[in-house]
Amino acid sequence: MPTTAPHALSDVTASDSTLRRFLHGLPGVDAVGLEARAASLGTRSIKTTAKAYAIDLAISMVDLTTLEGADTPGKVRALGAKAVRPDPTDRTTPATAAVCVYPDMVATAKEAVAGSGVKVASVATAFPAGRAAISVKLADVREAVAAGADEIDMVIDRGAFLAGNYMKVYDEITAVKEACGTDARLKVIFETGELSTYDNIRRASWLGMLAGADFIKTSTGKVAVNATPANTLLMLEAVRDFRAQTGIQVGVKPAGGIRTSKDAIKFLVLVNETAGEDWLDNHWFRFGASSLLNDLLLQRQKLATGRYSGPDYVTVD
Amino acid sequence: MAPVFDYAPAPESRSVVDIAPSYGLFIDGEFTDAAGGKVFKTVSPSTEEVLSEVAEATEEDVDRAVKAARRAFEKWSALPGSERAKYLFRIARVIQERSRELAVLETLDNGKPIKETRDADLPLVAAHFFYYAGWADKLEHAGYGANPRPLGVAGQVIPWNFPLLMLAWKIAPALATGNTVVLKPAETTPLSALFFADICRQAGLPRGVVNIVTGDGRAGAALVAHPDVNKVAFTGSTAVGKEIARTVAGTRKKLTLELGGKGANIVFDDAPIDQAVEGIVNGIFFNQGQVCCAGSRLLVQESVHDELLDSLKRRLSTLRLGDPLDKNTDIGAINSAEQLARITALAEQGEAEGAERWSPACELPENGYWFAPTLFTGVTQAHTIARDEIFGPVLSVLTFRTPDEAVAKANNTPYGLSAGIWTEKGSRILAVANKLRAGVIWSNTFNKFDPTSPFGGYKESGFGREGGRHGLEAYLDV
Repeated sequence: MPTTAPHALSDVTASDSTLRRFLHGLPGVDAVGLEARAASLGTRSIKTTAKAYAIDLAISMVDLTTLEGADTPGKVRALGAKAVRPDPTDRTTPATAAVCVYPDMVATAKEAVAGSGVKVASVATAFPAGRAAISVKLADVREAVAAGADEIDMVIDRGAFLAGNYMKVYDEITAVKEACGTDARLKVIFETGELSTYDNIRRASWLGMLAGADFIKTSTGKVAVNATPANTLLMLEAVRDFRAQTGIQVGVKPAGGIRTSKDAIKFLVLVNETAGEDWLDNHWFRFGASSLLNDLLLQRQKLATGRYSGPDYVTVD
Repeated sequence: MAPVFDYAPAPESRSVVDIAPSYGLFIDGEFTDAAGGKVFKTVSPSTEEVLSEVAEATEEDVDRAVKAARRAFEKWSALPGSERAKYLFRIARVIQERSRELAVLETLDNGKPIKETRDADLPLVAAHFFYYAGWADKLEHAGYGANPRPLGVAGQVIPWNFPLLMLAWKIAPALATGNTVVLKPAETTPLSALFFADICRQAGLPRGVVNIVTGDGRAGAALVAHPDVNKVAFTGSTAVGKEIARTVAGTRKKLTLELGGKGANIVFDDAPIDQAVEGIVNGIFFNQGQVCCAGSRLLVQESVHDELLDSLKRRLSTLRLGDPLDKNTDIGAINSAEQLARITALAEQGEAEGAERWSPACELPENGYWFAPTLFTGVTQAHTIARDEIFGPVLSVLTFRTPDEAVAKANNTPYGLSAGIWTEKGSRILAVANKLRAGVIWSNTFNKFDPTSPFGGYKESGFGREGGRHGLEAYLDV
């Protein structure tokens, strides 16, 4: 993975003004049309075998997350166990993609999922506000990587972005990417709710990809508007177009607010019909969620047994 | 896990609709046999299965229906507007209650996907009745004088592409303004009109206010020519429209015609490309392109032609064609063998004239009438497929260099029903829209309908407006 802009677009990041010109030259987004398309894909009816496939796929794409001030090693260990073995009553249930924790919990999480193939993701760069000096952010990243994080979820400086200081955002992402080294994949969080317009989300997506993001991610889950079908659809269009132009594939991670299997399946339909089946894999698509997993498990049990069980038939962790 | 997300079939249940083996004509509140005793079959275009037998109206039957409407007119037109509104509201509510049944019925009889009947047709049908119900007691505020009066008996002939919606467009304003109606649905799609007859009875509508005569063009011609009809409303082909205009000429009948189209969908280089692609798809593949206001000519600014076409082709590859009752089907069947033959012939002519034909890889079902979504590139104004209405899922792609050229090409057609403009620049939308000679102009969207918005054409697309306040005028003596 390149740490600077891909060759085909290297001129774009030559200066502040070329970068601005490029980002503002991207096709606009018509909000009504975008939301209508997302809604219409939401009416796909996914049943029986397709549903079973989608539920297992969704489980395997979950970044099981705990990001609370009150997180303890015990809580993180429980989360890790759940990620490895989401449904103790049915061992055919796939493991989740990763557990996502604060940097100081990386070592604990790493131990909890050791040998399972479940990745450890960590939110660094002064998550969720991102309001810290770059040196602090980079230190945050290096600590997490040193503790064994496989993936770093960074937040962009929304202030700089909204002020039109795209080069600053670009430089920060490239610096963080460098700090990730070759071992950790970088997910870049835009906090789409704060970027506010779809045009901004498209620009941020391209900016992130130009700077070397391995994943682009909607949000922290800590603001009012997080992942929506529309902003995820838009980001899927961006990764699709970016690959067409550069040959580089970038993943997408909607995060926050996706709580039900029905919602998750709608997102998978968006992936399938927008970016295409190449993205239907947890290497390229993730759900940032905490409560989604239990609903997926309940629906999975329902498909297997024909009956709904209840909240006591899935674990509370 | 191989990354393949195949959607399992999700068919809507047919059991919600009960189709009788045969139907009579609906005259004066009763179902009756045709005088000639003849019947014709209506088939499901996606399977060629016979759905039912329907009475074929003769001139005598049409006369009976007009007489019933005339008798009913005396009482109906004398009712206070608020009373007529009650019936219309009742009809609207029954339509909502029975919308699932009607959506399935319409899909069976017409071949269009359930997704469209469920999400577009039926909500709009109910909305039209609600909207005109609201006008019934406010006619003096419509701008047509203090006490605008109805015309009398309206003879209405509707097409097969939106059977129930076109019925609503015709019947709702006619009843709201105090007219009574004899309606002839299309020969290939008579069933939803006959179900509507039942809804009229369910709503307690007085006898004779709505009469439905089924049959072919001869029944329609008899209705149009009937001396006691005061108003003729027709939606359909331009050729038939011209014939009707000749028949009605010199009589005192009022006439509105809503005919063919060859809508231009203009994409400027600063357009929101992803949404434009959706709009193009919706413009030409909605209802298999069997839409008079379809955006069947795509005018693309040369500078974005290749990029747009790549996106469009990729998008077409995701369209799902097949069983129209499946909730995941995007493209259903063509309405009839006759229409399929016409589309096929025109597409072949496009190829013969040198345009480049492209369709996504797509398997067509064995039975029924099917045509794969198709686009033609390298089309010019000199090609037949840029001039003739195809009325099928066939898009002709042309290019332009400047806004003036776009306008000139868009207007260079005998039709003038619809047009679309795609650009992020608001001032350009207004400037271009002002120069386009079309009844409906959409900007950054396409094929959006609303009962409050008037709809109608220029030139060979007909005259008169349906929908909105303007739609009242056609049924009032003004």
